[in-house]
Amino acid sequence: MQVTSSVREPLVTGGKTVHDVTEDICRQVEGKPSKSWMLGIAVSLVALLIGAYAVFMLVWEGIGVWGLNKTIGWAWDITNFVWWVGIGHAGTLISAILLLFRQKWRMSINRAAEAMTIFAVICAACFPGLHMGRLWLGFYWALPLPNTFGSLWVNFNSPLLWDVFAISTYFTVSLVFWYIGLIPDFASIRDRATNKISKMVYGTLSFGWDGAAKTWGRYEFVALILAGLATPLVLSVHTIVSFDFATSVIPGWHSTIFPPYFVAGAIFSGFAMVLTLLLIARKLLKLEDYITREHVELMNIIIIVTGGVVAIAYATEFFIGWYTGVEYENYTYMSYGAATGPYAWAFWALIICNIIIPGTLWFKQIRTNFITSFIISIVINIGMWFERFDIIVMCLSRDYLPSSWAMFYPTIYDVGVYVFTLGLFFTLFLLFSKFFPVINMAEVKSIIKSSSSKKN
Amino acid sequence: MESNKHFVLGIYDDEDVLLSAVRKVKESGVKIHEVYTPFPVHGLDEELGYKRTRLPIVAFLFGLLGTTLALTMQIWMLGYDWPMIIGGKNFASLPPFIPVTFELTVLLSALGMVGTFMIISNLKPYGKPRLMDKRCTDDKHVMAIDLAKNDLSQDDIKSIIGDSGAQEVNLKDF
Repeated sequence: MQVTSSVREPLVTGGKTVHDVTEDICRQVEGKPSKSWMLGIAVSLVALLIGAYAVFMLVWEGIGVWGLNKTIGWAWDITNFVWWVGIGHAGTLISAILLLFRQKWRMSINRAAEAMTIFAVICAACFPGLHMGRLWLGFYWALPLPNTFGSLWVNFNSPLLWDVFAISTYFTVSLVFWYIGLIPDFASIRDRATNKISKMVYGTLSFGWDGAAKTWGRYEFVALILAGLATPLVLSVHTIVSFDFATSVIPGWHSTIFPPYFVAGAIFSGFAMVLTLLLIARKLLKLEDYITREHVELMNIIIIVTGGVVAIAYATEFFIGWYTGVEYENYTYMSYGAATGPYAWAFWALIICNIIIPGTLWFKQIRTNFITSFIISIVINIGMWFERFDIIVMCLSRDYLPSSWAMFYPTIYDVGVYVFTLGLFFTLFLLFSKFFPVINMAEVKSIIKSSSSKKN
Repeated sequence: MESNKHFVLGIYDDEDVLLSAVRKVKESGVKIHEVYTPFPVHGLDEELGYKRTRLPIVAFLFGLLGTTLALTMQIWMLGYDWPMIIGGKNFASLPPFIPVTFELTVLLSALGMVGTFMIISNLKPYGKPRLMDKRCTDDKHVMAIDLAKNDLSQDDIKSIIGDSGAQEVNLKDF
């Protein structure tokens, strides 16, 4: 029996059957890579290699090659770190929170979003590691390992250490969640494989999955509990990242609004990145029937909500900065001083990219249009990078002593390390989109009957 | 090598037909070995009479282990092994230990539960699946009846499965 609804749009269009889903998704994995994919991976690898040189020089020479000075001790490194961690959030949000809320529209997009999370967290993790300078000692500084300095332990009172635990737990749980979901789909590819190498590789990856009802029953429980565990994790990770700032004494940083505001900002930028990637994947991998206008609109609505939270947080910061009457607050990233001072360009970039341009998504014509959605998603990602840059660099540039006020100028190594992570991210994502099923076949198959456009 | 297990397979292409078939087959006194499906079919485990998994309890116990481990580690390291005054804070005060405790609770709970799931479901790299029919990871639902565990004859079972709405009735030896 085919169920059609007059109030809900179909989630899979094109009158697909269950077998069509397998064909459409596996075609990408089994076929030869397309020219656009080859071009994409070539560009990403070039970025990765150029960036790798910057990373090598950084490790060889030390962080003196960056443009840091005695006033601004954190700049692009932590900006990029917070930006990448934020991008990761949408993946877990889509797979965990929307699973708990029984949102079926997550099914076509969760796999790619989770992959994005994992790659973004890998990129994020590069920065705290590299900014410690002596990378090889980082293990003793960051993990509670017995070390050569006696039995001196790490400081569990420090938000920086909480970060280490938060990010590594987030990464591990996301990876496990993603992999568990991939196992049944790897089995589908394994059983279709015609050549020896694919049979061996996907045979190994599929862990001997046979689709038994008993295993499916357990599998669904595992997915549900992992979602239950990952949901507070999504909220805790960026909350803890915000503690890096919120527990400090720098004006503009020690702000109790930071935890919820950082989480909203993370979901805002994460969904923007999911949209960017999925709109590209939709075209390149011919997934128009699975990633529909409905999906894009629903993601845009989440962007509107989280963008609204972020906008209110900005207004609150600006108001409180003025209302407290504390003179130092006039130089924070959300203040009259910031809007008119030497970093005014960064302030206005933030306002335009994060409030004004995404504000156009309130119009239905704009949020249901693929091209405008794509452009706005990129603008939001730029805007959210500026937000982190503003918080970190602007607040540090004007500290308590006017004699130590300074500006930050990035060197090519600041840019190079950022380019390295961008190259890494896109290389990993392109490899994923070629060799892994980009859409969760098993889940989509389960909604074909109730949510596809096929009419019997 | 001579095969020693003989199965009758019913192949279905619709989950609703499968669910009613399971009921019919069970009512006619045939014991079902297992059903293999390309996606989770809701209600199938109840029809087959499977008990609810105790994995949530496993997750809770591993979580508890994580909490204990994290608190013990932090209190021992900073409170007893090498007490140090940092920002005038107490050596072993609970509030700053909460974030790490939370993270380790979640980590151990997730890893413990998934590890247990892998072990009890016999999922491992290089695991060789005993596939009844390759199409069960594509679009077909496969009901397997172990002949050795049923008193009815092969032909009777085949006709019961055929009447239950199966598209095909096949034989498979292992």
